[in-house]
Amino acid sequence: MSNTVWLIPLFPLLGTLLNALFGRWIGRHAHWIAVPALACSFLLSGAVFLRVWNGETFRGDLFPWIEAGTFRTAVTAQVDPLAAVMLLVVTGVGFLIHLYSAGYMHGDPGYARYFTYLNLFVFSMVMLVLAGNFLVLYVFWEAVGLCSYLLIGFWYTRKSAADAGKKAFIVNRVGDFGFGLGVMALWVALGTLDYGTVFDEVETLSPETATVIALLLFMGACGKSAQLPLHTWLPDAMEGPTPVSALIHAATMVTAGVYMVARTHALFERSGVALDVVAWVGGLTALFAATIGLAQTDIKRVLAYSTISQLGYMFAGVGVGAYAAGIFHLVTHAFFKALLFLGAGSVIHAQGGEQDLRKMGGLAPRMVLTTITFLVGAAGLAGLPPFAGFFSKDEILASTYHRGRLWLWALLLLGAFLTAVYIFRVVLLAFFGGPRMSKEVAHHLHESPPVMTLPLGALALLTAVAGVAVGMPSTQGTAFARFLSPVFPLSEEVGHGGLSAYALLVLSVIVAVVGLLFAWLLYGSRPIKVEAIGRPRNRLHALLLNKYYVDELYGFLFVRPLLRVAGFCARVFDLGFIDGIVNGLGQLVVGWARSMRRLQTGYVMNYALMTLLGAVVIVGFLLSR
Amino acid sequence: MDAALIPLLPLLVVGGTALLVIVLDLLPPRDRKGHLGVVALAGVVMALLVSLGLWGREGRAFRGMVVLDNFALFLDVVICYAAALVLLLSTDYLRRNDGERGEYYILVLLSTLGMVLMAAAADLIVIFLALELMSLSLYVLAGFFRGRLAAAEASMKYFLLGAFATGFFIYGIALIYGATGSTALDRIAAATRAGTRDPLLLVGLGLLLVGFGFKISSVPFHMWVPDVYEGAPTSVTAFIATGSKAAGFAALLRVLLSTFKVSQPDWTVLLWVVAVLTMTVGNVVAIAQSNLKRMLAYSSVAHVGYMLIGVVAGGALGAGSVLFYLLVYTFTTAGAFGVILLLERGRREAVDLDDYAGLAGRHPVLALTLALFLLSLIGMPPTAGFAGKFYLFGAAVRSGYIWLAVIAVLNSAVAAYYYLRVVVYMYMRDTEGLPTGPAPSFAGRLALAIALWGIFQLGLLPAPVLDLAQAAVAPLLR
Repeated sequence: MSNTVWLIPLFPLLGTLLNALFGRWIGRHAHWIAVPALACSFLLSGAVFLRVWNGETFRGDLFPWIEAGTFRTAVTAQVDPLAAVMLLVVTGVGFLIHLYSAGYMHGDPGYARYFTYLNLFVFSMVMLVLAGNFLVLYVFWEAVGLCSYLLIGFWYTRKSAADAGKKAFIVNRVGDFGFGLGVMALWVALGTLDYGTVFDEVETLSPETATVIALLLFMGACGKSAQLPLHTWLPDAMEGPTPVSALIHAATMVTAGVYMVARTHALFERSGVALDVVAWVGGLTALFAATIGLAQTDIKRVLAYSTISQLGYMFAGVGVGAYAAGIFHLVTHAFFKALLFLGAGSVIHAQGGEQDLRKMGGLAPRMVLTTITFLVGAAGLAGLPPFAGFFSKDEILASTYHRGRLWLWALLLLGAFLTAVYIFRVVLLAFFGGPRMSKEVAHHLHESPPVMTLPLGALALLTAVAGVAVGMPSTQGTAFARFLSPVFPLSEEVGHGGLSAYALLVLSVIVAVVGLLFAWLLYGSRPIKVEAIGRPRNRLHALLLNKYYVDELYGFLFVRPLLRVAGFCARVFDLGFIDGIVNGLGQLVVGWARSMRRLQTGYVMNYALMTLLGAVVIVGFLLSR
Repeated sequence: MDAALIPLLPLLVVGGTALLVIVLDLLPPRDRKGHLGVVALAGVVMALLVSLGLWGREGRAFRGMVVLDNFALFLDVVICYAAALVLLLSTDYLRRNDGERGEYYILVLLSTLGMVLMAAAADLIVIFLALELMSLSLYVLAGFFRGRLAAAEASMKYFLLGAFATGFFIYGIALIYGATGSTALDRIAAATRAGTRDPLLLVGLGLLLVGFGFKISSVPFHMWVPDVYEGAPTSVTAFIATGSKAAGFAALLRVLLSTFKVSQPDWTVLLWVVAVLTMTVGNVVAIAQSNLKRMLAYSSVAHVGYMLIGVVAGGALGAGSVLFYLLVYTFTTAGAFGVILLLERGRREAVDLDDYAGLAGRHPVLALTLALFLLSLIGMPPTAGFAGKFYLFGAAVRSGYIWLAVIAVLNSAVAAYYYLRVVVYMYMRDTEGLPTGPAPSFAGRLALAIALWGIFQLGLLPAPVLDLAQAAVAPLLR
C-alpha cells in the first residue's frame, strides 16, 4: 500500500509543476493535465479505500525531515479509515469540480494559472489529510490557506477580490497563530509531534495543559473553518471563481478544522472543557450564520453563510463526542454544498456573471437540469428525507439530545428550521416566479454545457443515495460509524428518557417541512416585487442584512487602530526617525569626507610635514609609555 | 647545485631573469619589446614554481643575512602572483600608450627582486637594501610615461617623500644598532630580551615604523598614495598597490613579531590606533572621490587598516590572516586595476565614474568582472574578500580586540557605499562615457581570469590556504 499512498498526492503535484512551468504554452489545454491528474488520484484513493475497508492500515515515513538536537521529525503519512474517507471526498469532489472548472473557466486568460493553483490545493489538502504528525499537518494547513488566498484573489485586478484574499489570509493568520502555538506547546509538553505517540501519552498531560493545547489548536480550526468569531472571511471569499468556492470554501478546506478536531479528539477529551467549547462555538455559529443567511441577496453569500452554519453543526457534533456523526455530516455536506455551489455557478454562468437574487427568477424552465439538481441539493441541506443531509444532520441532533445537551439541541433544531427557510428562499427566488433580469440577459439564458452538468448530476446522485446507503440509523450505529470505529470507538447510546430516536427523526422532518412551507408562504405564494427583496423592513432585518455589524465592529476595534499605528510608524517614525538617522549618518560621513579631502593639498611640503608629525607622535608615544 | 645557494633560489631566478632581459633588450628588434614581457613573465612564473617547490625548506645564506623559511616563501608566492598579473596586463597597455621599452620589464623585475629580498631579509641592512631596490625601480616606473605631466608629478612626489621616509628608516636602523650593537634581527632580539625599556631602542623602533608606514601607506604616511596612484601608469599602480605593500608587510611582520616581541605591548597599542585611523580615513575620503583610481587608492589605504588588525591581534591566527589577506588583496586589486586598464581607449583613461555609466550594456563581461572584484573588496561572500575579512576580524575577536573588530565592520559598511556606487553606475545608468573599444587582448583576459579564479578559489575554499599562511608565520613566532 505504501507506494500507492504516496502516488495520491504525487499526481496533483506533477500537474501543478507542469502547468506552472509550461502554462504559457499549455494555455487553454491546461485541463488536459489537471483533470486526469485528479482522476488518477481519485482512482488510487478508491484502491486505498478498498484496502482499508478490508482492515489494512498504513503508516510510513517518506523521508526524515528536520533533525535538530532533540527535535526530529519526518514527513509521515498515515492512512486509517478516517483518512481514507477524507481522501475519497477530497479527490472525488475535487475531480468533479476540476471537470466542472474546465467548462466554467473556459476562455479565462489565467486558465493555466487557475489549474496550477487548483492542483496545488488538492495536493496540499491530500497531504493534510495524510499527515502523520502535527508538523506536517501544520505545514499543509498553511499550504491550503495559501492556495485559498491565491484562488480568492484569482481575479486580482478586481480590488474587491484582492481585498477578500487579503482578508481571508489575515483572519486565518489570527487562528493559525494559535494553532502554531498549540503545536509548539504540544512539543514542549510531550517532546514529540507524532500522532501515535501523542495520543498514547495524552494521559500523562494534566487536564489544564491539555485544555490550553486543545484550545490553541481549536483557535486554528475556528480560523480555517470560519467559526465565531473568525467567520468574517468566508463570505468575502466568494469573490473567487465559483468552482473554487465549491471545492475550497464549502467541500474540503473549510472542513479541515472539523477533521483536525476529530483527528486529535484524544487531546480534546483529555481536556473536557475544550470539547464543550467546541460544541458551543459550533452550536452558536450554526444558528448565528443561519440567521444572516435569511437576509442576504447574493446567491453565493447565502451559500457561504450556510456553509458557516453547517460547519457549526459539524463542530457541535464532534464537540458532544459524536465524531462519526460530525465526519458523516462533513462528507454529505461536501456533496450537497458542492452541488449547490456548482448549481449556483451554473446559474451565474448562464446569466453572464450575475449573482444577485433580485435579478433572477423563473429560471426553472430554461435550465431544467440545473434546477433539478439544485433542488436535490437544497433538499439535502434542508434535511428532507431521503437525502443525505437528513441522515447526517439527524445523527448530530440525536447525539446532542441523547447526551443531554438539550439547550444545544434546541439551538441546532432552530437552526435546522432556519436552514430550510433560507435555502428554499433561494430556490424560489432564483428558479421560480417571474423573471426579473434584463431582457438581454433573459435572451442569452441557456443551460450549461455537459462538462458542467455532468458533475451536477453526479453530485446530485451522491446527495440522493449517500444517506440511505451508509447513514441508516440502527442499534449498532450507522454503517458509516461502524467503518470509522477503529478511529472513533462506537459509544453506547444511553437512553435519557424523553423522546425516542424515532420521535426525533419525525421531529426533524417536521421542522424542515415547516421551514419549507414558511419560505413558500413568504416568497412563493404570491408574486414579489423586486424592491421588497433585500430592503430592510425593520431593525432586525437590517441587523441581519448587515451581518450583525461584525465587520464594522472588527474594523473599529482592530483594523482602524492598527492602520493608524502602522501609518504612524511608516510616515512619522520610519521616515522621520529611522531614515533621519540613516541619512544623517550618511551626510555626516560625506561632510567629513569633504573636509578631510581638503587636507590632500597636493603639496609635497604638506605631505612631508604630515610624515614628520606622525613620526614625532609615534616616537613620543613609545617613549612616554 | 651548491646547497648554500638553495635559500637564494627565488632571488636568483628573478635576478637572473632581470639580467637576461637587460641583455635581450640590447638585441634586435628595437621597436618591438613584447617578447621581453614574455621572458619576464616566464622568469616570474619560474620563481613562483620554485617558491612552491621549496615549501617547507629552511636555510640561511650570506652569514644569516638572508633567510629561507615558509614565511618568505609564502610572500614570494604573493609577490610573484602580483608581478605576473602586472606583466600580463602590461604588454598590450604599453603598446597602446607608445611606452613599449625594454626598461619597463627590467624595472618590474628589479623591483620584484627587491620585494622578494625584503621577504627573505634577516638583517636590517638587507631590508634597507631591498627596500631601496624596490622603491627606486618603482619611482622610475611611476613616471614611465614621460610625456605625461601627471606621471612626472607622481614620480617626483613618490621619490621625494619616499626618500624622506627612508631617511627616518635608516636613522632608526642606526639607533637600533647603537642600542644593541647589531643589525641582525636575531641578535637584536637577543639583546632586547633583557626586558629593559631602552629609550634608544624604542626611538629606533618608532622610526622604523615610520619607514614601514610609508611603504604600506598607513595613516598619516599615506598622503602620497592618491597622487601617485592616479598619475602612475595603471599597471604600475597595480604593482605598487599589491607587490610593494606585500613586501612592506613582510618586513614589518618579521621585524615586529620575531625581533621586537618584547615590545609587543607598546607597538600593539600604537598599531591599534594606526589601524583605526588608517581604515577610517581611507574609507571616508574614498567616498568623496569621483576618480576611480583615486578611489581605489584610498580603498587600498583602508585595506591596510584591515590588515593591521591582524598584526595587532598577533599570534598564528592574526599574522596568518594578514598573509591570507595579502594574497586575497593582490588578486582583487590587480583585477580591479586590470579592468580599468583594459577599458582605456585612445590614451584616455577610464577613470571618471561617468566613464562607467552603462558599462554593463557596452562591455557586459568586463562590467561583471569589475563588479565581482568590487564585491570582493566589500567583502561579500562567496568572494575571497569575505573570507579574508572574516579571518582578520575573527582573529581580532579571538584576541579580545572586540572594539577593533566592531570599528572594522562599521568601516566595511561605509566602504560598501563607494564600491557599490560604481556598480550602480555600470548597471543602472544609461550608456554614456567611452565608446565601445576592441575586445581586450588575450594576455589581459588571462590576467582577469586568473584574478577571478583567485577570488573564488580563496572565497569558496579558504581553509587550506589559511592553514598554509598559519604555517608560514610559525617561524616568526618561535
